Amino acid sequence: MARRKIIQWLAALGCNAYVPGFSRGGIYKGGLKAICVPGLNCYSCPGAVASCPLGALQAVIGASRYSFSYYAAGLLLAFGLIFGRVICGFLCPFGLLQELLRKIPFFRPGNGALAPSRRFAGFAKFARLFKYLKYILLVVFVLALPFLTKGDTGVGQPAFCKYICPAGTLEAGVPLLAANAPMRETLGWLFTLKASIALFTVIGCVITYRFFCKFLCPLGAFYGLFNRIALYQIHLDKDRCVRCGRCAQICQMAVDPSLDPNCAECVRCGDCVKTCPTSALSAGFRGKDAGCAKNAISQL
Amino acid sequence: MRTAVTARRLRAIRLFIFVISIIFILAGWYRGEIRTVLIKATLICLECIGIG
Repeated sequence: MARRKIIQWLAALGCNAYVPGFSRGGIYKGGLKAICVPGLNCYSCPGAVASCPLGALQAVIGASRYSFSYYAAGLLLAFGLIFGRVICGFLCPFGLLQELLRKIPFFRPGNGALAPSRRFAGFAKFARLFKYLKYILLVVFVLALPFLTKGDTGVGQPAFCKYICPAGTLEAGVPLLAANAPMRETLGWLFTLKASIALFTVIGCVITYRFFCKFLCPLGAFYGLFNRIALYQIHLDKDRCVRCGRCAQICQMAVDPSLDPNCAECVRCGDCVKTCPTSALSAGFRGKDAGCAKNAISQL
Repeated sequence: MRTAVTARRLRAIRLFIFVISIIFILAGWYRGEIRTVLIKATLICLECIGIG
């Protein structure tokens, strides 16, 4: 098994290590839940031992005493500064789930060998346009609506969790509803909406590599802003690059690393580094590396 | 020379964000946000699972 896959599995199992939750249909209630994990992992998943950073952010913004969460924002800044979107590629349990869904045999444009966006101009246009949707979701549903929906009670709605998040539906909703009959009787239009979005996401992930990361994930949108300045960088040695295009061809996030190795869309899977025939691409935590710094700054 | 300048600039940006993130985390702790997160996370989030 590849090193990245091992890390992904360890991160996913580590974030969801409370096994009794699955059999009892309950959740972990210990003090670790005050800490946020870097990836998207619903805190109401029966196995979750820590909090989801997006959920924590919305919970505090929506609380009557506060209008912004310095705690969650500070953690997100620190995670982004150290890792950037390495979190998406290595540490996010929902990212792993999407990659597993991608393994389901299904007709894919280009037989799934390459990113559809590279082979089909129509899809490329769609991808270029809709990649900005995740930034809108971040600003509107995660930051604005929890504050703006505060009514007389002073409590706002965690709008992204409530109306959109497929991770919550799949990681928390499905196992908890399966184990709790009384809970199933309370289902209504909201669950229908969330289940439809989750189903749409699952189908999207089967057809397209990391559909949710590409178009819908506000957390990935935030971490993407740090790719150029994070301690983890992909460095392109322009003197070694022979412009063969293999890195762009293998990239399933539709990034061209020979043009922009630290693009906000890159989830740091490292496929481009492995496939480069001249070792022009390298990756790692090399903050003091002058070439890496120059490369990052020139893209700011 | 130029590389040294750009590296210094990148380090300055990183240091600024690092300091801001620490200040934010401490401010959140001081304001009691951690307790709010803990309370929310230790109850089943009905919004998350699509009930209410």
